[in-house]
Amino acid sequence: MLAIARQRMLGQSFKKILPAVSVLRSYSSAAKQITVREALNSALDEEMSADPKVFLMGEEVGEYQGAYKITKGLLEKYGPERVLDTPITEAGFTGIGVGAAYYGLKPVVEFMTFNFSMQAIDHIINSAAKSNYMSAGQISVPIVFRGPNGAAAGVGAQHSQCYAAWYASCPGLKVLSPYNSEDARGLLKAAIRDPDPVVFLENELLYGESFPVSDEVLDSSFCLPIGKAKIEREGKDVTITAFSKMVGYALKAAEMLERDGIYAEVINLRSIRPLDRSTINTSVRKTNRLITVEEGFPQHGVGAEICASVVEESFSYLDAPVERIAGADVPMPYAANLERMAVPQVEDIVRAAKRACYRSVPLAATA
Amino acid sequence: MALSHLAASASRSSSLLKPLSSALSLRRPISGDNSPLTVETSVPFTSHQCEAPSRSVETNPKELLTFFRDMALMRRMEIAADSLYKAKLIRGFCHLYDGQEAVAVGMEAAITKKDCIITAYRDHCTFVSRGGTLLEVFAELMGRQAGCSKGKGGSMHFYKKDSNFYGGHGIVGAQVPLGCGLAFAQKYSKDETVTFALYGDGAANQGQLFEALNISALWDLPAILVCENNHYGMGTAEWRAAKSPAYYKRGDYVPGLKVDGMDALAVKQACKFAKEHALKNGPIILEMDTYRYHGHSMSDPGSTYRTRDEISGVRQERDPIERIRKLILSHDLATEKELKDVEKEVRKEVDDAIAQAKESPMPEPSELFTNVYAKGLGVESFGADRKEVRATLP
Repeated sequence: MLAIARQRMLGQSFKKILPAVSVLRSYSSAAKQITVREALNSALDEEMSADPKVFLMGEEVGEYQGAYKITKGLLEKYGPERVLDTPITEAGFTGIGVGAAYYGLKPVVEFMTFNFSMQAIDHIINSAAKSNYMSAGQISVPIVFRGPNGAAAGVGAQHSQCYAAWYASCPGLKVLSPYNSEDARGLLKAAIRDPDPVVFLENELLYGESFPVSDEVLDSSFCLPIGKAKIEREGKDVTITAFSKMVGYALKAAEMLERDGIYAEVINLRSIRPLDRSTINTSVRKTNRLITVEEGFPQHGVGAEICASVVEESFSYLDAPVERIAGADVPMPYAANLERMAVPQVEDIVRAAKRACYRSVPLAATA
Repeated sequence: MALSHLAASASRSSSLLKPLSSALSLRRPISGDNSPLTVETSVPFTSHQCEAPSRSVETNPKELLTFFRDMALMRRMEIAADSLYKAKLIRGFCHLYDGQEAVAVGMEAAITKKDCIITAYRDHCTFVSRGGTLLEVFAELMGRQAGCSKGKGGSMHFYKKDSNFYGGHGIVGAQVPLGCGLAFAQKYSKDETVTFALYGDGAANQGQLFEALNISALWDLPAILVCENNHYGMGTAEWRAAKSPAYYKRGDYVPGLKVDGMDALAVKQACKFAKEHALKNGPIILEMDTYRYHGHSMSDPGSTYRTRDEISGVRQERDPIERIRKLILSHDLATEKELKDVEKEVRKEVDDAIAQAKESPMPEPSELFTNVYAKGLGVESFGADRKEVRATLP
């Protein structure tokens, strides 16, 4: 009795909040907020419902409801034939997933984090990415490899690496990395529908974050194009490229820069391979300055590729050297203060943007 | 080998000779008929965790003559590839299968084209047994347009999806989890078919094999793991690489069968048994005791780690083609001359295919950029000098 009363009270207090939300709905289409987790879960649910060939496999995706609860409820809805809990054997189950894709099924293979994908990387590259080419189009591989990528919090060196640069260098793969809930839904649906192998790099710390989504995004037919970046914030003074969690940092940096009269254009890459060179170069031709931001190791990273692309295509438009903000060139330390130094912070992006705009004196080069 | 039905065969042979002689005058290949024949395998099967099938194999003259012709074709094809490689028309890797033909031919006789086969890089003969043509083989080896992978794959990457042949893989052991994945998909699709995933004694020690076997056993997948044990992993003899070279037992809880891989009928019986088993009970391992006459590849003479006596000994005692020849002759299914004529025909077929393959052009330069993706999305790709060579992926 008491429990029911308590529930009713909660329901009523909820109802008090709701009118505010419905008022918002009448003003803009972006009224509802969903977490990235809900976005991914609903995308998987809808794609599994639409196509019986889609199935999930990975560690703890079924009965545990997903290590990060991304696959929650899907075992109950689709049954153990379509949501498969695997033993902790990445090389084995990834190979099995790729073989199933050879036959024509559409597997979505989860890596608990992409650090564990290294145990299966031969199957991702040699068995999946290259097969369509080696077979001259006979064997296509419609598989998605998804999971959290990059640093979490306090998980140390073996659990914090970003794999965007490694996978994106490989022809035959497509590599996507969502930032917000709209990205998560649209890109995951696109990945599942795509006939090629897709590496889908999520971020553990973004799973719980909420973002507004329009009705269009919530529709089950919603899909984002692969290979197109999004301009999250327009600006005229400096271009900042980023993906995944760093998009949020870049947007915060842009707000801080605006207070100092610098208007930054923030590009959410969304797609690491194919890279939207056109959008990036068009932006740099407008702003004449570029900061690339990523969480991963700096050497041979995503920023290095973007810098090379801009130097090749838009050299005469650059008014300043391209700046790279990336993770520190060290394995990820555990101590909180060192960890903070090992990943980019908003201040780093702001500082680099000011350097590119010649608003600060650059540090003296090391002897 | 035991010869049953001698009396029956005498009467059969008299009825056989009539059509054969008329066939010869028209220069049609001898084909035999479907009248049943029972032959015993060279040795009984040895089993692990299961009951071995009978060593009496049902066959018929047509099948035996087909075995002879197919194996002779494969033998001739591989030897011709050896010459082409030495003439530098084939580059890179070339792993030859001569000696092991009975495995490809016996397996095919037990299954349908709806069952899947996946193997490693010693794949030329398996491709042919799945319906690939000699032209496709030689053109692919020489990197020409008429090749089965349009010249873009090479020796190790032959595929024929329309008859469920999934390659052709260069990374040792990788094909085994892939094969278990094919079996998974067959079960998921309720196709009532099985997958044969072939691997060598060298690959048998790969960890991913045991990972895939574990999952296959847990999920009851219709996967048949076939160890083509030719006793050498490249230059390393099996006893130097495996603590336990009883590969048919290495599945532990997964049943296994040891088979004389030089006896096409034993191979056929084992594969038939394995298919029935896999559809009902999940994975099973077949160890084919076989032998390759060539070295590991064309870069390996194959005689630094084996004696020439061993190689010639196997050729004399256990050659798969000679076994079938003796069987055919002893059952009076054809004469020696007829069989020699088959070998001549086959040789001509191979020579004609090579001539035709040599006529096939190399791929167009634009083919560098095709098939990178199934759906290229109009994305740009680049040559070595990206300011000079760019392409849009379709």
